[in-house]
Amino acid sequence: MTQAVDKLLRPVMGLGAALFASACDLRHSAVLDPKGPIALAERDLLFDAFCVMMVVIVPIIILTLVFAWRYRASNTGATYTPKWAESGRLDAFVWLVPALIVVAVAVLVWRSTHKLDPYREIASATPPLDVQVVAQDWKWLFIYPDQGIAVVNQLAFPSGRPVSLRITSDTVMNSFYVPQLAGQIYAMAGMQTRLQLLADQPGKFVGRNSMYSGGGFSDQHFEVTAMTQPEFDAWVAKAKQAPARLDAATYAALATKSRLNPITFYSAVEPKLFDSIIAKYTHAHHAPAAGTPAGAAPRR
Amino acid sequence: MFGRLTIEALPLYSAIAAGGAAVTIGGALLVAIAITWLGAWRYLWTEWFTSVDHKRIGVMYIVLALIMLLRGFVDAIMMRAQQAMALNSGGYLPPEHFDQIFSSHGTIMIFFMAMPFMTGLINIVVPLQIGTRDVAFPFLNSLSLWLTAAGAGLVMVSLVIGKFSTAGWTGYPPYSGVEANPGVGVDYWIWAILISGVGSTLSGINFIVTILKRRAPGMILMRMTPFTWTALCASVLMAFAFPALTVACGLLALDRTFGMHFFTNAHGGNMMNYPNLFWIWGHPEVYILILPAFGVFSEVVATFSKKRLFGYESLVYATAAIAILSFTVWLHHFFTMGSSPNVNAFFGITTMIIAVPTGVKVFNWLLTMYRGRIDFHPSMMWTIGFMVTFVIGGMTGVLLAIPSADFLMHNTTFLVAHFHNMIIPGVLFGYLAGYMYWFPKAFGFALDRKWGLASFWCWMIGFYLAFMPLYILGFKGMPRRMEQYNDPSWQPYLMVAAVGAFVVLLGIACMVMQLYVSIRNARKTIDVSGDPFDGRTLEWATSSPPPAYNFAVLPEIRDREPFLDMKERGTAYQRPAAYQDIHMPKNSMVGVAMGAFAFAFGFAVIWHIWWLVAACGLAMWVAMIMRSSDDDSEFTISAAEVKQIEDARYRALASQAGSRS
Repeated sequence: MTQAVDKLLRPVMGLGAALFASACDLRHSAVLDPKGPIALAERDLLFDAFCVMMVVIVPIIILTLVFAWRYRASNTGATYTPKWAESGRLDAFVWLVPALIVVAVAVLVWRSTHKLDPYREIASATPPLDVQVVAQDWKWLFIYPDQGIAVVNQLAFPSGRPVSLRITSDTVMNSFYVPQLAGQIYAMAGMQTRLQLLADQPGKFVGRNSMYSGGGFSDQHFEVTAMTQPEFDAWVAKAKQAPARLDAATYAALATKSRLNPITFYSAVEPKLFDSIIAKYTHAHHAPAAGTPAGAAPRR
Repeated sequence: MFGRLTIEALPLYSAIAAGGAAVTIGGALLVAIAITWLGAWRYLWTEWFTSVDHKRIGVMYIVLALIMLLRGFVDAIMMRAQQAMALNSGGYLPPEHFDQIFSSHGTIMIFFMAMPFMTGLINIVVPLQIGTRDVAFPFLNSLSLWLTAAGAGLVMVSLVIGKFSTAGWTGYPPYSGVEANPGVGVDYWIWAILISGVGSTLSGINFIVTILKRRAPGMILMRMTPFTWTALCASVLMAFAFPALTVACGLLALDRTFGMHFFTNAHGGNMMNYPNLFWIWGHPEVYILILPAFGVFSEVVATFSKKRLFGYESLVYATAAIAILSFTVWLHHFFTMGSSPNVNAFFGITTMIIAVPTGVKVFNWLLTMYRGRIDFHPSMMWTIGFMVTFVIGGMTGVLLAIPSADFLMHNTTFLVAHFHNMIIPGVLFGYLAGYMYWFPKAFGFALDRKWGLASFWCWMIGFYLAFMPLYILGFKGMPRRMEQYNDPSWQPYLMVAAVGAFVVLLGIACMVMQLYVSIRNARKTIDVSGDPFDGRTLEWATSSPPPAYNFAVLPEIRDREPFLDMKERGTAYQRPAAYQDIHMPKNSMVGVAMGAFAFAFGFAVIWHIWWLVAACGLAMWVAMIMRSSDDDSEFTISAAEVKQIEDARYRALASQAGSRS
């Protein structure tokens, strides 16, 4: 008896364990386990909307299955009303209930979209750290204008301090994506987009390009490192020691196609390099139209 | 002489690509040999290829769709296999082959599987449902078919000569521009879409006019079947949305071929205009595909619940509302392009508003099942499977419609899972339900139920196995279109997804078996009545397959379920007092010829063979003028012939009634 039960239970328990493991694993997945206020607010939006949607989704799924079973042709005991096809009350119900839910979610959308506008800097006592980001085939270049350094494939910053990113591309359209801290925004040549992020605690995160950009796309990931302030200072000092300097010629060589570039530091950066990368596209052969500052698109 | 076409174009860069080419050529040869062996070329040419009969054109569209479904599915299973094994390794596909596969998978499934499947169903069913003898412009209909086939042909040829696009099915510049992608791949994609897109635009116009002008007496708009309503709305969308795609692809072609700068990085180009134009077509396209599927579900749920459709008027208004709203949401495909929060929030909210009429439809189907007598025919199973699964996709769609949440989930496999969750249950299940529902109408015998049910369960289970893991991988931040990856925690999910793809393969195998078994048993399961499911709408009033003229006498419509109404009043199967001569359009080879010229035209532009471009352009122009000045495009079926055909039908009906009692 117990053996039979045991035999029955074992696969069930195995399945349960697998589901539990999967659920734990899921809890630590990048999107559901945010490490900063922006990504946290974005995730909470997902949860809120998910809960609101369940109000309609669950009853529909259950009713579909219940009706299919109850009104199966072989169940001749069930009520059968072949001509019943109108009901003002039910009509009102099926239009109004979804409409009310949409109104609720719409309010959520309007507020959150403004609050989480990626162009809006995070309010904080410490001024944000400015970092300029350039997407290349197939790597990411981070320029720290205030520190005068640049680094390939690593974005480092002190935790607790907002980071304000200005992003462009020196190749095709990319999408700069750090799921645990900021979400994503497109990187486009001749233009600048923006993204804000903040890490609550020191830690290492993964950043990627999420927009297919050719053969090296799969390897186009970078390290995102939130550090303590002293660690960050040391990191900057280390970069300052690097032999390589990012002048125009070094930049041109770096911008050609390459894969799996190691983290590389540049102790100095040509002044206004970021602006010139954008301007290269907007100024080529044509002067920008009057009143259009280079690289201001898509939005000033 | 041959432009940039050289021997280098043969796909000898990888064994798998060469294998694909060999299978394509081998398959084509096999079909050709089989037709020759059966001596069927003349029959196919005179009865099918040159036909302007909407029913035959519809069947040919669906044959094309099913062939392309197989091709697109091979792409899918290759991708799932690659990702299942590509942890820290190249798997078995190099990136430059993997990216062609995800590009052709999407292109084929949308343009050459779903579109022809939908157009085919509309072609077969709508004229019968509104009680007309043909579409408004029968020749144009044939031309649309052959232009679509020409586009599909270009995609297939790219397997053998040159490469296909690597820019995904959306072809965003500047990646799809000539600087980043100088080869022929993107050109194949552009010209396949441009040529078939003209066909789709013409189909849209054809069906708008057909539905508005060719309805039987008494068939007022509010007595049209839900399928006809959805076909009308989808046709309006086709006519208005496809030009945007034509413009987007046309401008991209000008950039690529003539060095212009609409979407380039530099020289004043603006890549952001492309996604706008593309999705101004692309979002209505979702509804072009899904509305007719909703129409099928509405028909199926009433027939197999043996009950009048609940909330017909609500359903009609919901359909029209979806059609209009579909033009107001395109920006939600690129919330992450840097628009202001006002713009993003606006498009987020309009997107959610579409959920209201869609929700209404789901409730209407639910309330139609309520207090019905449900027959679990495969078509009904597709419908129930759709309802349960589609709402999950709708829910994830609402999540993605919140701009700030979309910053997290965009471009991940969550997005991939979401749109497959809409399109597989919402579109494909609908078309398969329609295929199994109307097959006996088109051919006079039914499809096997058992194999149909087996196919349904495999598709359903396979779908969940293949796409639920992709939702989870999206939460794990996995971007779409990765040829390989370095995160070991992704692999188990990708393996489950691959298993799902193989279960779907079983579902496809069951469909093939179903067709084989049904044809083998056709003599035994022949349906003389023309009404195998106790149908309610007009298409079941005529014989199966219907005669060329559909209805010997155009019926008088009194109800929105006209055939049920006739059966209840005892006027169904009534013989008219007399027959009249019927004028029908003559077959024409101009449609096939123009399709062939369009194919050669596209091929020549792709390879820069300019003399051939000029020759084909001229040939199409001449063919068009010849057709336009042909005044002898109709023939007459005499009243005596009609009587003969109808007498045969009534004899069969009588003998069946006799054998039953």
